Amino acid sequence: MKALLIARRELSGYLRTLSGYVVIAVILALNGLFFNAYALGGASKRSAEVLSQFFYYSSGFTIVASVFISMRLLAEERQTGTLPLLYSSPLRDRDIVLGKFLAGLAFLALYVSCTLYMPLLVLVNGKVSFGHVAAGYLGLLLLGSASLAVGTFGSALARNQLLAAITSAVMLVALILCWLLARITEQPLADVFSAMSLWNQHFPPFQSGLVHVRDVVYYLLVTYVALFAATRVLEARRWR
Amino acid sequence: MRLMIQVEGLTKYYGEHAAIRDLAFTIGQGEVIGFLGLNGAGKSTTLKILGCVLLPTAGRVVIDGHDVVSNAHEVRQRIGYLPDVPPLYDEMTVGEYLAYVAQLRGVASRDAASRVGEAEEKTGLREVDGELISTLSHGYRQRVGVAQALVHRPALLILDEPTSGLDPRQIVDMRDVIRGLKGAHTVLVSSHILPEISQTCDRLLIINKGTLVAQGTEDELARKMGGGGSIEVEVRGDRARALEVLAPFGAVDVERAADGVLSLTLRASPEERPRVARALVGAGLELLRLDQGAGQLESIFLRLTHGQEARA
Repeated sequence: MKALLIARRELSGYLRTLSGYVVIAVILALNGLFFNAYALGGASKRSAEVLSQFFYYSSGFTIVASVFISMRLLAEERQTGTLPLLYSSPLRDRDIVLGKFLAGLAFLALYVSCTLYMPLLVLVNGKVSFGHVAAGYLGLLLLGSASLAVGTFGSALARNQLLAAITSAVMLVALILCWLLARITEQPLADVFSAMSLWNQHFPPFQSGLVHVRDVVYYLLVTYVALFAATRVLEARRWR
Repeated sequence: MRLMIQVEGLTKYYGEHAAIRDLAFTIGQGEVIGFLGLNGAGKSTTLKILGCVLLPTAGRVVIDGHDVVSNAHEVRQRIGYLPDVPPLYDEMTVGEYLAYVAQLRGVASRDAASRVGEAEEKTGLREVDGELISTLSHGYRQRVGVAQALVHRPALLILDEPTSGLDPRQIVDMRDVIRGLKGAHTVLVSSHILPEISQTCDRLLIINKGTLVAQGTEDELARKMGGGGSIEVEVRGDRARALEVLAPFGAVDVERAADGVLSLTLRASPEERPRVARALVGAGLELLRLDQGAGQLESIFLRLTHGQEARA
């Protein structure tokens, strides 16, 4: 499958250049600091509360990581002039987008797996439910997948990586802030905005160790819609 | 001859600006065609459409029997495209990159290594197979660009300015590479460097301000343009006799006369070369060299593009 071929090359690109490691290292360091200061710090808590706090902060850092990981996906191809190689090869545009996204997701999964030491630290001094950890990590991956797909769309729209990061960040912040719009609008708009909210409505259950089908479906739907939009952008570029 | 490319009424607008307008030409299988034009004439836009990178505003392009808009997937399997900037991934080695492109273009992974070897052989990249692309010189980067275009053995090669930015030695090397492709592929190569086109291609397409202003062999164009060509002659013998023999063919400029050897430029179509040779030898002169004048294509090109500008 051509998408996997593209994904493999893209992933090796991440692993061979310094920028990918820098992104992971910086965000991991910040995530660790927040875990130490806010999740572990303060008054004594139960292990489940610490774990919930860990997922709370990690979800934010996962969104930030997804912006930095996705910014290069398509914008870099455009910036360095390698997009014609993909356009002139016997590939469908969706293969290009899917391949790029899968590479980004694999790299994001690498970052997320590097945070595992924090729940393990909780395990050392407390009791941890593996179901809680699994649900939390599933939530992080689904949230990361949706954010990365939005980032892929931003990367398809932008001329360079910086613009891609800004565009993606703006779209993600808008999706996150939908819960605010839900508060100030009337029904049925309030319900729509509430359901669209990237974090407030859909991540807290994962944070508490609960997996709801509606939340899984929401993140998968955001991923699909954003990747579909990115594919459309690539198709539209052939007309310009 | 079986047609490889058929272009009819090809037009591309960028906003209000027409980059190309109503282009029409055909290219037969196995031909090496030079696509000539000034910077901004519409060469790259045309090649991007042929390379399925860009969609046309109007018109039709058929490559090996398949339409580039309605059947782009089939077309892409038959073409190798080198854009004006070679599409290279700096963090990969030459071998890895070519293997990746080969598989991207449908070569089975078990055959990729042999295809990479073949492409490297044709383009002189064997010795840099394991080197990172980021460490290559500009000349080698261009070669890798050509190699990626031919690694899957496409029927049609589309090369946009393959000698751009190369030094004279590298230009000669690249010219040899393109000549070596003749026979195995149909090649459409664009350039604004005239000697490169003149010495590499069977036929020329000349584009100016988005319109095709002429097509044909260099000699055909020279004839259409009223015989703009010249013949360079070097003979040993009597000067007056040589001038007398050459006078019926056209005006003669004596470039140099030393030690009984005359170097002359005869203002006549290069197609007259056999008759000129017979006449000189028949007159008892010793013919040392007879060649097509270097400036013919330049003269045709300047007249065609200047004429177009005057009309605009």
